[in-house]
Amino acid sequence: MQSRPGTRSRRPGMWAIRGPLSRRQYWLFAALGLLVPLGLWWMVSSGATVDKVFMPGPVDVFNRLVKWYMEDDLMSDMGISIYRVTTGFLISASIALPLALMIGTFRPVQAVLEPLTDFIRYMPAVAFIPLVMLWVGIDESSKIAIIFIGTFFQMVLMMAEDVRRVPLAQIEAAQTMGADKGETINLVIFQAAKPALLDTLRVTMGWAWTYLVVAELVAANSGLGYSILKAQRFLQTDKIFVGIILIGLIGLVMDQLFRLAHRKAFPWLHLRS
Amino acid sequence: MSTKISIQHIGKIFGEGSHQVEALKDVSLDIGDNEFVTFVGASGCGKSTLLRIIGGLEYHSAGEVLVDGRPILGPGADRAMVFQHYSLYPWLKVMENIKFSRRLRHGRENISEADVEAASGRADALLALMGLTAAANAWPNQLSGGMQQRVAIARALMGRPQILLMDEPFGALDAQTREVMHDLILHVHRLEKPTLAFVTHDVEEAIYLADRVVLMAPRPGRIDTIYKVPLPAEREQDMKHTPEFLRLKKEILARIRETSGMKTDQDMLDQLNLGGVAV
Repeated sequence: MQSRPGTRSRRPGMWAIRGPLSRRQYWLFAALGLLVPLGLWWMVSSGATVDKVFMPGPVDVFNRLVKWYMEDDLMSDMGISIYRVTTGFLISASIALPLALMIGTFRPVQAVLEPLTDFIRYMPAVAFIPLVMLWVGIDESSKIAIIFIGTFFQMVLMMAEDVRRVPLAQIEAAQTMGADKGETINLVIFQAAKPALLDTLRVTMGWAWTYLVVAELVAANSGLGYSILKAQRFLQTDKIFVGIILIGLIGLVMDQLFRLAHRKAFPWLHLRS
Repeated sequence: MSTKISIQHIGKIFGEGSHQVEALKDVSLDIGDNEFVTFVGASGCGKSTLLRIIGGLEYHSAGEVLVDGRPILGPGADRAMVFQHYSLYPWLKVMENIKFSRRLRHGRENISEADVEAASGRADALLALMGLTAAANAWPNQLSGGMQQRVAIARALMGRPQILLMDEPFGALDAQTREVMHDLILHVHRLEKPTLAFVTHDVEEAIYLADRVVLMAPRPGRIDTIYKVPLPAEREQDMKHTPEFLRLKKEILARIRETSGMKTDQDMLDQLNLGGVAV
């Protein structure tokens, strides 16, 4: 852009490539992104041509939500689902983390585990259901096992990649200051990888939720995923909507909690905002 | 001057089978106690590899490196290293970065309360020496590139290393900052008296800092010529304009060009013109 003498150069607008966007504008657009689909949904469902069974409106869905809460114990459905997802996720994370540290640090461990994990992660978690029932049974642990299978293998590989991305100069600097292997892993590699690891946890937490419905295919009699499956049998479309939206909202809340934790735990990465 | 580092017939081969590359071949050099030696040479001459071998970060395929007469077996706190970048710990504030070695078992062994006090004093002193006192509580990513390298140098000096290895430490800095850093590192060299091995691609920097400039040549990496710098021990920026400085610079640059095996700019231009490409 040419600036003539005497005129100040113009501040780039929001439509400039990677242009600026104020906080207010950001939330304005975010609200637009949520309200427009909601409005469209409301318009489509209130049209006379659409059967409520195919497309219940926002009002129907909200009424169903209230009914579920008042009469059908929504809170315990939510509670058990959150319990299953978080437990499966936490078990997955606590095994994946040390493994990833080893894979990302020691080449022999990488050679042994990475191709194997790469192979398993392509196996569909749903297909493990009969095996899980056979080996784990049909109680609570089987649902947790499915969540685990769905998230663990991806998680290990992504975390190992996070560990591998720690700059070599940081590791070597520690070594030339006299750090031994254990100290290098604890005080440098793990510390340096932490922010990326937390981001990976945030992303895989989302995946854990997507396996909820699959997990609750296994002889469940409660939970959001189970309720969706049951509602399908009785053609309660509005209840399916409620279930799906609730899972989305819980996921969104957890995602925000992870982001908050990231800001609190790693202040040096959030200095400018 | 007694010998501090003795590099004896070092060879280094990268890769396996048919992909083998001879990075270093029969490199021998003695570096004296408290000497300042800089390494220059065309890319691929193995100067960084040689430095990393001294640091114990790279294994050599042949020969031996002796420090005080003992062969080196791996990295150690007696040979601190300063890298070009990305070596600071972004999760530690400047002061904590400098004191990092205090967290290590090596740094805690046989240390009394008085030593801890002294160490804290030393960290403060290094901070002051580097002109970083005001930045003690800043995060590294709040600092400019030049400041970050000062932190890296202070951190390397914290454990009182006898040898300081520097791998293009100022390569990413702008020219003005680099000049300031040159006088700073010379000051450190006089004050702390480490033996200094310094790799650079900047010939002027190499001459200005060094007692001796080691010119290496590629394919295979080897020592080509060693130049003794004909300047007084106390260096000043003005010396860069003296005839002997300029003569040495010209001589080294010419030799690097000869050993690089690459075409000169004029050859390249001629070739482009012959090909009918407008330049």
